[in-house]
Amino acid sequence: MNTDAVGRTYPPTVYVVGREKIKEYALAVGETNPLHLDPEAARAAGFRDVVAPPMFCVVYSSASIGPAIFDPEVGIDFAMLVHGAQEFVWGPLVVAGDEITTTVSVRSIEQRAGNGVYVFESRSVNQGGETVCTGTWTNIVRGAAA
Amino acid sequence: MNVGDAIPELKTTPDRYLTVRYAGASGDFNPIHIDEEFAKQVGLPGRILHGLWTMAQVARAQTEAGGGPQALRRLAVQFRGMGVPEAELEVTGEVRELRGDIAVIEARAVQNGSAIIRNAEAEVRLPTIHG
Repeated sequence: MNTDAVGRTYPPTVYVVGREKIKEYALAVGETNPLHLDPEAARAAGFRDVVAPPMFCVVYSSASIGPAIFDPEVGIDFAMLVHGAQEFVWGPLVVAGDEITTTVSVRSIEQRAGNGVYVFESRSVNQGGETVCTGTWTNIVRGAAA
Repeated sequence: MNVGDAIPELKTTPDRYLTVRYAGASGDFNPIHIDEEFAKQVGLPGRILHGLWTMAQVARAQTEAGGGPQALRRLAVQFRGMGVPEAELEVTGEVRELRGDIAVIEARAVQNGSAIIRNAEAEVRLPTIHG
């Protein structure tokens, strides 16, 4: 398997967090906490606007993850792809109006038990330079160890 | 929270169209999640849940236990098998360790008797008690 892409970093993407997008996401995952849904409740709790649920990180980082997993030199066979594992570490909460810049890199490409294991890292930073989330995305491509 | 304590159980049943709403909300339109015929053509039993939606249920169990979104500092999961719509999902977890004001919680998400997320580890900041 081709490991030339290990260490590669892709151009950062910027995502502007919208109040209605947070609400749409929160409802889709079953959140009922008014911090995610009601600007008045969020302000009363000391936030500038509604707060993104922690897992909203998948929304603001997805535009960056795409080019990495679709990189022809990474060479993932999508028909055989499964999401093996996922880790996120969170910093300060993200609120509507934030501008989040995400950078993705290829951490490792290895073979393990006859499968290809592709690990990507993402780092998302807010407009104030604070790291709001780092992600470790482990994708397994069945039978890709050739 | 003390070591060995269980966090409140979270139960939810994704309805027939949940994967369509989550696809729109998350931007993940992989047809294995939204197109029954496509899913069957590639050897799946039918449309399957997005793993990251299921992970969001594990996350929600932690934020509800920890008193809000600010409580969840870290979550790592392993995906196994496949989740499906229209079957109840149950998230359970227990405190494995306390590190200062952080509770390390081991969790899982079970559907139809099998853990579709297992070995989940969360770090949850315990609420500060203001006296």
